[in-house]
Amino acid sequence: MADVVIQASGLTRKFTDVTAVNALDLRVERGQIYGFLGPNGCGKSTTIRLLTGLLTPTEGEVEVLGYVLPKQAEALRQKVGYMTQQFSLYQDLSVVENLRFVARIYGITGAEQQQRIEQLLQQYHLENKAERRASALSGGQRQRLALAAAVVHNPQLLFLDEPTAAVDPENRRDFWERLFDLSDAGTTILVSTHYMDEAERCHRIDILEQGHKRAEGAPEQLMQELPCEVFELRGDGLRNVRKQLMQEQAVLSTAQIGQSLRVLVNKQQQQPQQWLEQQLSGEIDVQAVRPSLEDVFVANTGTRHVSRD
Amino acid sequence: MLAAIRTWAIAVKEFRQLSRDRITFAMIVMIPLIQLMLFGYAINTEVRHVPSGVVNLSHSAVARHVIADLQASKTVNFINSYDSVKQAEDALRRGDVHAILYLPSDFLRRFEEYRLGISQRPVAQWITDASDPLLSSAIASLRQVPLAKSGLQSSNGFATPFRVVQFYNPERRNPVNIVPGLVAVILTMTMILFTSAAIVREREQGNMEFLINTPVQPIELMLGKITPYVVIGFIQTAIILSLGALLFAVPLPENIGSLLLMTLLFITASLTLGLLISTRAQTQLQAMQLTVFILLPSILLSGFMFPYDAMPVPAQWIAEALPATHFVRSIRAVVLRDALWWELWPDVVFLAGFTLLGMLVATWRFQKRLD
Ligand SMILES: Nc1ncnc2c1ncn2[C@@H]1O[C@H](COP(=O)(O)OP(=O)(O)OP(=O)(O)O)[C@@H](O)[C@H]1O
Ligand SMILES: [Mg+2]
Repeated sequence: MADVVIQASGLTRKFTDVTAVNALDLRVERGQIYGFLGPNGCGKSTTIRLLTGLLTPTEGEVEVLGYVLPKQAEALRQKVGYMTQQFSLYQDLSVVENLRFVARIYGITGAEQQQRIEQLLQQYHLENKAERRASALSGGQRQRLALAAAVVHNPQLLFLDEPTAAVDPENRRDFWERLFDLSDAGTTILVSTHYMDEAERCHRIDILEQGHKRAEGAPEQLMQELPCEVFELRGDGLRNVRKQLMQEQAVLSTAQIGQSLRVLVNKQQQQPQQWLEQQLSGEIDVQAVRPSLEDVFVANTGTRHVSRD
Repeated sequence: MLAAIRTWAIAVKEFRQLSRDRITFAMIVMIPLIQLMLFGYAINTEVRHVPSGVVNLSHSAVARHVIADLQASKTVNFINSYDSVKQAEDALRRGDVHAILYLPSDFLRRFEEYRLGISQRPVAQWITDASDPLLSSAIASLRQVPLAKSGLQSSNGFATPFRVVQFYNPERRNPVNIVPGLVAVILTMTMILFTSAAIVREREQGNMEFLINTPVQPIELMLGKITPYVVIGFIQTAIILSLGALLFAVPLPENIGSLLLMTLLFITASLTLGLLISTRAQTQLQAMQLTVFILLPSILLSGFMFPYDAMPVPAQWIAEALPATHFVRSIRAVVLRDALWWELWPDVVFLAGFTLLGMLVATWRFQKRLD
């Protein structure tokens, strides 16, 4: 049990008009990079706030690093880091000033502070931006600063709420390098995202929708166990084909991607490829392809998701 | 130890941010300067040079003498004369003049009768535009001036049975009373607004969500937040009092210790009020509105504008609940009457108690939660 960092059961949070998190069960082990994947408003931020003790659950139990929340939230503060969705450092302070402020707040002073800040500036490639105001940083630099500030006190557990929402792919990859470094050093990381490529890098993910958990597992495993066959269709008149296929109960989703149409067919359909070809008229090429994480996401969310069939 | 480090961290950060916010920084200096000029020069309850008209049907030397004397009093300024009361009244309605002196054709006879004690009939008439009571009461005070000064001393005499001795502000100059009170108004305004806005801003800009997830404690946050503003409060007080001394010859108190203590007590009380507002207000605009809500009674009821003793009792109760009232009272005592702080102990107790209680409530209301 010592290896379980976050344990939640039946976690529910209702706001006046919505249930933002609905009966969520969660188990995060030490050293994992655990992802929450879901669209806007699915309850990612609310879940993270429940797990940091910033919000009180309407129902359910949470234990983080052995502390029962929200009662023991204060004892947890020194051991966790939190990078909020919105940039939460001071725009009118420089990079070092921000870091120095956070270090002091965590009680790190003197030579130790000096050392730690130099180390962070170097690790997060901010040395030549040290004197620059946070407001004058680029999106990627700002996120690196926010991450540096979240780990000043070497937390065991790190919460990252959509850390790369406004960051280009290059910088995102770089950002994830830093996360893997932290993970290798033993930090447990819980990260929310709505990017597939980001979710694919996690050891384990939850797919959330409207506060419900729709699927859980390692990305690889989720892709393998997808209860759908995925096909790529090429040819003329794909728009009409798409309309036609959406009428079929067995078709979970269709999406135009460039020149091709990606179609998800429920595995319960006997011999899906033959079935699909029968549905089609004209010169259309049907090819079975390997499912992607996006297919997993699509199959598990929306009005036709698999678990409800 | 840790608590001190964290409080210090917040205070340093707040100072930095403040020093980079040019507009706010300018306002800290400009607000006292401009208010001092406004209240010292422009806003004057002493009425002078009221534009007036005269209807002189008497054509006597005495009448001319009376008019000249009135003009010399500087309260009125005769800018026009009219042939009939009707014409003069039209001018009054148009607002050309605010007062009319009417000397009837039998002025000389009335004056003689009055002088000899034969009749009590008025000898002349002031017609005033009473829509501004301040103006008309100034004119009313002119009723007897010319007769006494014209060298035509009346037989029943105008000698007052009381002799008035004026203490503390013998020339009865307005700024002497206004300037110390102005310290109260300006501190109320800036201290409450700055602290409430400073905390609400962190919430609005998303800093708070990060901050409350750190080990910082509410009381550390509050103390750290107000520290820079204590310094600013003293700077503003220094600006007002030193300029008041320079420009309006408002005396500086002999006992600086009492001044510093009362000012410190009032600054902390106002900052506490700002903290209380910040636990309620969700946006900086709301913080501003709540500040005005407190500022208005602080200006109107504290004794700054109108004498406390002239207010109806319920208004006095409200006034007693405002820190500004206690400060207006005590800073006037300290600056104008050289009172010492222990002589003002009821105000000291109120302000200190207000701060302590306010701090407790604000700390208790400030939750490290988002719900
Ligand atoms: N303080 C609040 N009061 C009322 N409703 C709220 C509050 N916070 C969140 N919600 C609602 O709860 C739901 C989940 O919100 P949440 O912010 O957790 O979503 P999210 O997954 O983080 O979305 P995004 O990707 O846009 O950040 C939304 O419908 C939102 O409107
Ligand atoms: Mg969110």
